[in-house]
Amino acid sequence: MIFVNMMDLMNAELGIVIILFILLFMKILGKPESNSTLLNLTNALLVLNLVVVLFLNSDGVLFNGMFHTNHTIALEKGILLFGTLIISLQSFKWLMHHKHAAEFYILLLSSLLGMFYMISSGNFLIFYLGLELASIPLAALANFNLKEKKSSEAALKLILLSAFASAIMLFGISILYGTTGTLSFSEVSLLISGGSLQILSIVFIFTGFAFKLSAVPFHFWTADVYEGAPIAITSFLSVISKAAMVFVFISVLSPLFVSAPAVWYMVFLIIIVLTMAFGNLFAIRQNNIKRFIAFSSITQVGYILLALSAGNKPGAAAAIYFMMVYIFSNLGALGVISLVSAQTGLENISDYRGFYKTNPVYAWILSISIFSLAGIPPTAGFFGKMFLVIAGASKGNSMIIAFASLNMVVSLYYYLKIIKAIFIDPNDSPVPALKPGFSIAAGLAVCMFGIIFTGFAGGFYDYVIKTCGF
Amino acid sequence: MFNLTLFIVIPILTAIAVMVCRNGTQIRLAAFTGSVVQLLLSFLLLYYYTSERATGNMAQFLFTQRAIWYEALHIEYHVGVDGISIAMMMLTAIVVMAGILMSWKIQTLTKEFFFLVILLSLGAYGFFISLDLFTMFFFLELAVIPKYLLIILWGSGRKEYSAMKLALMLMAGSALILVGILAVYFHIGQERWVHTRDLAQIAVMQFPPDVQKFIFPFLFVGFGIFTALFPFYTWAPDGHSSAPTAASMFLAGISMKLGGYGCLRVAVYLLPQAASYYSWIIVLLAVIAIIYGSFATLMQKDLKYMNAYSSVSHCGFVLLGIGMLTRTAIMGAVMQMVSHGLMTALFFGAIGMIYERTHTRQIEELGGLLKVIPFIGVVYVIAGLCSLGLPGMSGFVSEMTIFTGSWQCTGMFNRVATILACASIVVTAVYILRAAGRAVMGPIGNEKYLQLPDASWSEKLASVMLIGTIVCIGMAPFWLTKLIDADTQTIMENILRNLRLS
Repeated sequence: MIFVNMMDLMNAELGIVIILFILLFMKILGKPESNSTLLNLTNALLVLNLVVVLFLNSDGVLFNGMFHTNHTIALEKGILLFGTLIISLQSFKWLMHHKHAAEFYILLLSSLLGMFYMISSGNFLIFYLGLELASIPLAALANFNLKEKKSSEAALKLILLSAFASAIMLFGISILYGTTGTLSFSEVSLLISGGSLQILSIVFIFTGFAFKLSAVPFHFWTADVYEGAPIAITSFLSVISKAAMVFVFISVLSPLFVSAPAVWYMVFLIIIVLTMAFGNLFAIRQNNIKRFIAFSSITQVGYILLALSAGNKPGAAAAIYFMMVYIFSNLGALGVISLVSAQTGLENISDYRGFYKTNPVYAWILSISIFSLAGIPPTAGFFGKMFLVIAGASKGNSMIIAFASLNMVVSLYYYLKIIKAIFIDPNDSPVPALKPGFSIAAGLAVCMFGIIFTGFAGGFYDYVIKTCGF
Repeated sequence: MFNLTLFIVIPILTAIAVMVCRNGTQIRLAAFTGSVVQLLLSFLLLYYYTSERATGNMAQFLFTQRAIWYEALHIEYHVGVDGISIAMMMLTAIVVMAGILMSWKIQTLTKEFFFLVILLSLGAYGFFISLDLFTMFFFLELAVIPKYLLIILWGSGRKEYSAMKLALMLMAGSALILVGILAVYFHIGQERWVHTRDLAQIAVMQFPPDVQKFIFPFLFVGFGIFTALFPFYTWAPDGHSSAPTAASMFLAGISMKLGGYGCLRVAVYLLPQAASYYSWIIVLLAVIAIIYGSFATLMQKDLKYMNAYSSVSHCGFVLLGIGMLTRTAIMGAVMQMVSHGLMTALFFGAIGMIYERTHTRQIEELGGLLKVIPFIGVVYVIAGLCSLGLPGMSGFVSEMTIFTGSWQCTGMFNRVATILACASIVVTAVYILRAAGRAVMGPIGNEKYLQLPDASWSEKLASVMLIGTIVCIGMAPFWLTKLIDADTQTIMENILRNLRLS
């Protein structure tokens, strides 16, 4: 009976595990030069898994509340899986001639598996297990280009700091366990009384989250890691792993906040203000486009936290919706960037000068993605950002909304600088005409479709809202 | 019954047609056809509107349509028109068509150019027909980035600087508007347990005075930035003068009117008590803009900068009319929006034609254009005469109406403001006549000018269309006043009802 239940409720996780085993056997048994079979098969299996996750889900609890799932969680997993699929499509060209394509997928999917367990966790133990499973493979992935010194540096930074963050979080969890005597989320949230030790534990847990989300002042690893890692991993770190943390934040920290005192809201606001402002100010100065994406993603985290600070259902729904939109926008931009980098090795904003003359289509794709990141209508990014701000405004705090709006203006400045470089700046040797394969084009097409249609087609947002239980 | 969604659909279809077209001629024809359809559609709308009113339908907004857009957030696609928005939409249709005709010869990136111009017109139409605050905001922001791209891609001079300045300032304006809209929305939610963003519904709810006073500056300054409110006008001169002809025509002709319309329809209409509380500040800023704008124009040597600064001054009249809060003054403000839109589009069109031929806009280097390119010379002079308020043209009627309305405000402060604003017309006359005298009349500035070709058919058509409308309004202002009369009355009644209650 338990097995039938497991098959039903854990279908997303089991699917990933099956793919992992298939990859393992292919690695052992397959011929070394058959990369294209491996890549195509993995992509097909991911699509299959996505369909299963989105359409065959049910509510339920396993292992005495250790693992739970419902429609919202299934939707969140679907979003993560979808993003991973796009990344996998976009790194097709890079992996085609890579010796370790199978290892890449094994590590990537293990990390994804960890995120799935993290989101579904009903208990701090399984949450921590998922967290570690999600972060350790990422360090190996960041160092995937073994010859690159920068990558090694990035990997070392990532592993040290994520170990540090995990340790802090673990400390917080142990204090919380000490004061409440339980590790189950639902029981903990009932037992939170707002004592000083409990506040301390929440601070530690929050700090761990802030590290993983790269909220200011815990953001220092972000830019270096994003710059050093291969672009596929940069994409994964900036979108998927961030989305996973946001989803956990919604289900783990929000219940803890409900009973926490008002001073906590102030701390939250300060973090939001710092995150938006620093992300923006540093993004202005970047020339490396991956570092640029890193800082712009820090700013986006500020907006997400703004919605989460409301601590209500519209905030959660807005954050989930925004993550979906953000996956499309960021992966649209990073898709073009990875294409350019794979073909020419160029990664600076100044290399994109005159890009429009040689590659009008990709220039438009990159621009539309950037407009979506900046929140310009009619792209989906506009709606995503509006809904975050509307949710944040529900606490009636006009000043923070004014500050967030102001930051949108500042961020427009550096986004427009890239647009300017693409469209009008002169360049003697612009990026030559790009030649993507089928799968990269498919990945970009999906992103474009998402950016254009998930916004003003109200159905997507209504779907998110409905699964969140309104 | 008229379907207003056509004003959204037709520009989208036109934009798609432009994208699909292969060569330059096809693209131009597609864009032109689209703009003609839009113009015909707006005339049709006018016809349906007047006949509907004639049958005695006194609903505030006609041809309304609603569809739920985002159910959970109470965001609706809700459109409808009254006389004021119809006047603005006809202005948009005329200016867009003229702009497309004026840029007939554009060679570089033709497809992108017309696509962006059509996108701008979509934003303007959508803004004028929206009755839901969120939808309105959506269309307002939609019209910002195309301007940036138009300026950096086809502009001249310090285009990168100007384009960035314009985009950031307008974005800051919309950020303020966003805060205002959210404040309105959540205030309603707290007080009445009904969330709505519907304009007409919000107007009947009377917010407490202190709430109004808090929200009003966000909305008014936000929209004010779009209409070059002093001291947030600095994007206008740079932006206008760097933009290509069609974009300048659109920027000054329509985009600045988005702000004026928003100030009137959103800020003043929804928050009347605050409007009358802050009235003196609005009047003060408007008068400063009028005086400062006209004196700054005196100092300019570049034709486009000249017209850009005079736009700041002329838009000051719009704000003055709104700030005076009398029915006649508000009516004058609406008329001034229409009149200035047409006049400044004609002006920028004429300057664009001159620049395209002589490759200079410096008044010093021009001269004697009337002898070599008589048509363009005459167009420039006519635009100038309209700008200085010659009777028989639209500028005269609208400025006259504003002054009459302002004079109804008794009180020393308003009297002085009105007199100062009137006096600025003299300065206008000085700079217009001086520029026209130097650049258009006088000896021929350069021998090369002798070979210049006169206006082509498309430029002639565009100019004649704009001049015709200007003269029509000037000679027979009553069709415009009749159109907007009832709606200024509605706004005024809302203001008076609120003031009585307080």
